Amino acid sequence: MRSFKPKTLFSLAAVGVLALSACGEAPDDEPDTDEENGEAQAEDNPDYTACLVSDEGGWDDQSFNESAYTGLQNAIDDFGINSSTAESSSEADFGPNVDAMVQQGCDLTFGVGFLLEDAINDAALDNPDLNFGIIDSTLPDEPDNGKPLVFNTSEASYLAGYLAASMTETDTVATFGGLQIPSVTVFMDGFADGVERYNEDHDAEVSLLGWDKDAQDGSFSGGFDDQSAGRALTEQFLAQDADIIMPVAGPVGLGAAGAIEDDGEAKLIWVDTDGYESTDYGDIILTSVLKQISQAVYDTVEEGVAGDFTSEPYVGDLENEGVGLAPFHDFEDEVPDEVKDKLSELTEEIISGETVVESENAPQ
Amino acid sequence: MSTQQTSDDARTPGGALKEAESRLHYAVRELSQASWVITLLSVLVALVVGALLILATNPQVQATMGYFFARPGDFFLTSFEVIRDAYSALFRGAVYDWQAATPQRAIRPITETLVNAVPLILAGLGIAIGFRSGMLNIGGQGQIILGATCAAFIGYAFQLPLGAHLLLALVGGALGGAIWGGIAGVLKAKTGANEVIVTIMLNNIALYLIAWLLRQQWFVQTGSNQPISASVDESARLFGILGTGFRLHAGILLAIAATIFVWWLLERSTLGFEMRAIGENPEAARTAGVNVPKATALVLIIGGALCGLGGAAHLLGTEYRLAAGIAGTLGFDAITVALLGRSRPLGTFLAGVLFGGLRAGGVLMQAQTGTPIDIVLVLQSVIVLLIAAPPLVRAIFFLPHPDGSPRVRRRRRLRDQQAAEAASEPAPTQEVSK
Repeated sequence: MRSFKPKTLFSLAAVGVLALSACGEAPDDEPDTDEENGEAQAEDNPDYTACLVSDEGGWDDQSFNESAYTGLQNAIDDFGINSSTAESSSEADFGPNVDAMVQQGCDLTFGVGFLLEDAINDAALDNPDLNFGIIDSTLPDEPDNGKPLVFNTSEASYLAGYLAASMTETDTVATFGGLQIPSVTVFMDGFADGVERYNEDHDAEVSLLGWDKDAQDGSFSGGFDDQSAGRALTEQFLAQDADIIMPVAGPVGLGAAGAIEDDGEAKLIWVDTDGYESTDYGDIILTSVLKQISQAVYDTVEEGVAGDFTSEPYVGDLENEGVGLAPFHDFEDEVPDEVKDKLSELTEEIISGETVVESENAPQ
Repeated sequence: MSTQQTSDDARTPGGALKEAESRLHYAVRELSQASWVITLLSVLVALVVGALLILATNPQVQATMGYFFARPGDFFLTSFEVIRDAYSALFRGAVYDWQAATPQRAIRPITETLVNAVPLILAGLGIAIGFRSGMLNIGGQGQIILGATCAAFIGYAFQLPLGAHLLLALVGGALGGAIWGGIAGVLKAKTGANEVIVTIMLNNIALYLIAWLLRQQWFVQTGSNQPISASVDESARLFGILGTGFRLHAGILLAIAATIFVWWLLERSTLGFEMRAIGENPEAARTAGVNVPKATALVLIIGGALCGLGGAAHLLGTEYRLAAGIAGTLGFDAITVALLGRSRPLGTFLAGVLFGGLRAGGVLMQAQTGTPIDIVLVLQSVIVLLIAAPPLVRAIFFLPHPDGSPRVRRRRRLRDQQAAEAASEPAPTQEVSK
């Protein structure tokens, strides 16, 4: 008789596991009743369809596409609407994807990112009965059924700049971007102004590496996917004595986080989402500059479901909490109380208009 | 030969059967040698692989898998429905949409397929010329970017009459690509630089060049600081050939013309002969009096011009505005198109249409069935993988090797030997031995 070989045993085991995992009970034929009981509180709007078209980043970019997607998912859960989503793999897909959404009868279609500006604009003009939204841009023809969702992130990164300048021990902080586009450099402008404000208030000389606001020139990783580029830039900044770094480059920031963790001394400021929760680097993240895209998408869907859609642009700022600073989490005790007080004071000033954070990259 | 065979058959019992068998073998062998059969089978295998991936990632199918033994019918029914929906959406998005609201929308998919195919065909032809001449032009991406950039700038910065404007923009695009390809070509011809490395590096340079240009106000001419250029003027756009509601533009005529031109160039012209000669054997070509450096440079210049024209047609026909991602993955898709088309003009044309169709169908498939568009990429990749490895396809379908597999070859040799013996021996003896 042939002895069992490990390979035979393994395949037997695999088949066994497969068979066992397939032994579950068949569901009842009328599963609908259960579902309805479970979600008794949620509204139900099966007639309303909200749709989302991504740019080249895709839904798992840990940045604004993902944020918008989360907003839509929350809206689906809460309002019981239908949805449809399309990822674009290149710029040539934008038009066809938006068109596919229109053909599906989407009541509200969002384009994520300024690159979809034209596609959304044209679709809005061609389909006056349907509503559209565009994130991080405005629509050239300002149609009545198109809503721009933009964020004045310079206000929040102003606070981050001030915080960084107060917390630095080497009098050097740094920032870098993914690409030189307004939705990125608007963060860097605010950060630069925040540092500048600290220097004025305290007669200090904290220097900022990686961005020159007046010249509109600085350090960029050249894209949003090359983490090693982020790491290389960060190591350069660390070598130049920077100890707080704000990467504005989506996932490329993870490369920066790696370099900072190796350094052991420096700290990171994350952007878009609360990095303490969205990344594994919570222990080095001083704070995050939040850009609440998901909330904006959610709110716009809510308006649409209620029939209150307007083309009034949504501008996220400190006042409506569309942008803001995340909690300090692990650094709660390290940030002195006077700095915290000063930050809330600055927030008040910005909301009241006493302090204006100017940026040529801010949404108009 | 045939007369001898029949006389053999007449004398050998079971000969007719054997002959039929060998004829079948012959036919199968011929068939498996034909490249289109391999291509067709590759597409088939790719669809099966794609179907398995769709099933593996579909939540409904996963749910029915959980109680497979309790009610296996559910699993098979759901699987069938999921695959049917996904692939029928792919087909409806690429060829003919029988669920569309209007007849116009119903035939729109095939026109969308052609729209997608235009840049793929043009750039694919450019790459194919290189392949035929023994040169791996990986720089399609950069040449497309340069072509689109030049065409766009001419399109919105100049004011010219209708016709002349379009012509100049197209020529500008081709020139841009030709220069980019020409850099690699001249370097290879003059210094022997490896064209693979040079063209790949030129891709990166093109990418940063366009990123820089899009930040210069004199270039974009929009008054905004978004890195996207102004729209090209109406007079420079490739006009639509089917009227409103369709995006199909005159670029398809350009693609057809280019296909014919490349066929003429490679198969009928002296230059094309020289190009193919340096691809086969540069030493022999030199001995035969071909100016090898000149032909080498020209291959990449013409290839670059075609890629540039592809970029220009893409911009002037569909996009109208220049952004950093204008080329998308066109340059690399063009390489696969040329491979799939086996570097033949007609093959490249058809491969371009197939890939254009997969792209167009992928949009509808994603929007209507939620099947990730990445499946399309998997289909394309599997097709090309199999095309590049015909023995793999033959192994999957148990097709004989064109030269005969070792076993078949041995059997054939044995049979030939027997036949020879039978022929040499007198017929009666054989009957007795039987």
